[in-house]
Amino acid sequence: MIAGCLGNARRDPTTVIRVEGSDTMVNIAQAWAEQYHKLRPEVSVQVLGGGSGVGIASLIDGNCDMANTSRKMKEKEIEKAKARHGTDPVEHVVGYDALGIYVHPANPLECISVEELAEIFGVDGTITRWSQLGVHGMPGDKIIRVSRQNSSGTYAYFREVVLKNRDLKLGSVDANGSKDVVALVARTPGAIGYSGMGYATPNVKMLKVSWRKGEPGIAPTIENAQNNSYPITRPLQIYTAGNPIGEVKKYLDWIFSPSGQRVVIELGYVPIR
Amino acid sequence: MSSPTPAHPLESQSPRSLCARLHLVLDCLEPVVEWAIRVCGWSAILFVFAIFLFVLREAAPVLFGKLNLVEFFTSTQWQPSSEVRPQYGTLALLVGTLCVTGLAMLLAVPLGLGAAVYISEFCTGRLKEMLKILIELLAAIPSVVWGFIGYVVLGPLIMQLTGAAVGVNLLNGGIILALMSVPVIVSVGEDALKAVPDSYREAAISLGASRWEMVHRVLFPAAKNGLLAAVLLGVGRAIGETMAVLMATGHAVQIPTSLVDPIRTLTATIAAELGETVAGETHYRVLFVIGLVLFAVAFAVNLTADLVVKGIRRDQTD
Repeated sequence: MIAGCLGNARRDPTTVIRVEGSDTMVNIAQAWAEQYHKLRPEVSVQVLGGGSGVGIASLIDGNCDMANTSRKMKEKEIEKAKARHGTDPVEHVVGYDALGIYVHPANPLECISVEELAEIFGVDGTITRWSQLGVHGMPGDKIIRVSRQNSSGTYAYFREVVLKNRDLKLGSVDANGSKDVVALVARTPGAIGYSGMGYATPNVKMLKVSWRKGEPGIAPTIENAQNNSYPITRPLQIYTAGNPIGEVKKYLDWIFSPSGQRVVIELGYVPIR
Repeated sequence: MSSPTPAHPLESQSPRSLCARLHLVLDCLEPVVEWAIRVCGWSAILFVFAIFLFVLREAAPVLFGKLNLVEFFTSTQWQPSSEVRPQYGTLALLVGTLCVTGLAMLLAVPLGLGAAVYISEFCTGRLKEMLKILIELLAAIPSVVWGFIGYVVLGPLIMQLTGAAVGVNLLNGGIILALMSVPVIVSVGEDALKAVPDSYREAAISLGASRWEMVHRVLFPAAKNGLLAAVLLGVGRAIGETMAVLMATGHAVQIPTSLVDPIRTLTATIAAELGETVAGETHYRVLFVIGLVLFAVAFAVNLTADLVVKGIRRDQTD
């Protein structure tokens, strides 16, 4: 039967892997699909967005083979999936989304807490000057907040983690892409901004981050993102209904391989190893 | 085609019949060509209406539904993707658009009209041709390149010279937009000056007026409608511009209190946010309402320019 399948696959791309879920992961899933298609033209990977919840619902209903999610599956969802497929859904962590807090290299600040970030970026936050953070001698003293357009996934994640989904204060300079945030901070001494850790350049400084004020800051390193100690990080995961088999397993194995993980790095995320 | 003594009746006949046939074909073609041209003319109107209807259709469910128009025009709270309470106040964006357009015109009008006067009245021969070509070239630079210049070159320069905290701001956007509007103002303005009959110039000079007196006492009053139209077309160019202001203004939702504050315009908001909104949801539809506002503004500006230009023609026939 396997031989039959292979023979079939060689003639035309009949093997289709259906991927659905998180909008945050759509770019990365698309990039994987394209790379994999170059490697194995007989396999076609179809990627749909819609959100983590949509992907999970689709996995439960058997409408997709893999669900991309930027959150863990809820108890209820796991129960439903088990009832439908007879086995527990299996979680595969394929990378991490870690946001670096960027400042200008001339800024003497080394560490910041999530509490302070909420006071800087939040709608009712009270920190507007560098001197309030104990940083003196900044030109103009004013904190220039660099943010993202309000429909981006990075914006939504930052708001979720730092502000517990409260609104961001208006008046921030809203860059149009992850790279633009870093480029703008590099050019603006009084700026502070957030963007994927992978976008760091030598022209900016990433701050250590702690949850509370006064606690020692966690360095923004790949290890700290991988072991989940860095506060602004979340795993990117793929769920399958039961242990992956056949082409889906081969595809997942490739995602975990160095060439699959290179895609993770290229898109500004943190690889698993 | 008739020759006095045809040697062979056959030879003389063939060119005549060819001609006749050609005429026949042309006669048949004429209505076709006429129709084709008519379709071209109507298609422009059709497209404008189709675009307007499309924007209206996408905006209608919120425009005639849950959008609070008072909040839309008077609130500065632009929080369309809020998890707490979405707010759709565009006042800061409206003010941003007005400020950056106003500043651009403040810079571009003197520069553009000055250049138009110089090219039309003080310049001759090759220099005149060269300047005209160069200004047309200026108009051909893509807006994303202008935005890039604002972002990379002008931004750091403004920070150095003014001590501003951010390089991408109102001043940056205003200068970039001014440079983009100048070519429109120059070419329309120059046409307006050229349309003034030479007899006016000759009369002024024969009365002993200097060149400058001739320009501001005779030419400006005579060409005032055309010059006003040039300015209004410049305004239209500046209001509608998107990419350059998106990159050069800093894209910050706030009412500016100084020239070096970052601002955000209506157009840039649509460009930055539409791509990642879910089609059909409120945020998406409100962006189309902003599109309608821009439509109305562009219509008003162009209509005014048009009426002003019509004014010239009436003046000239009087």
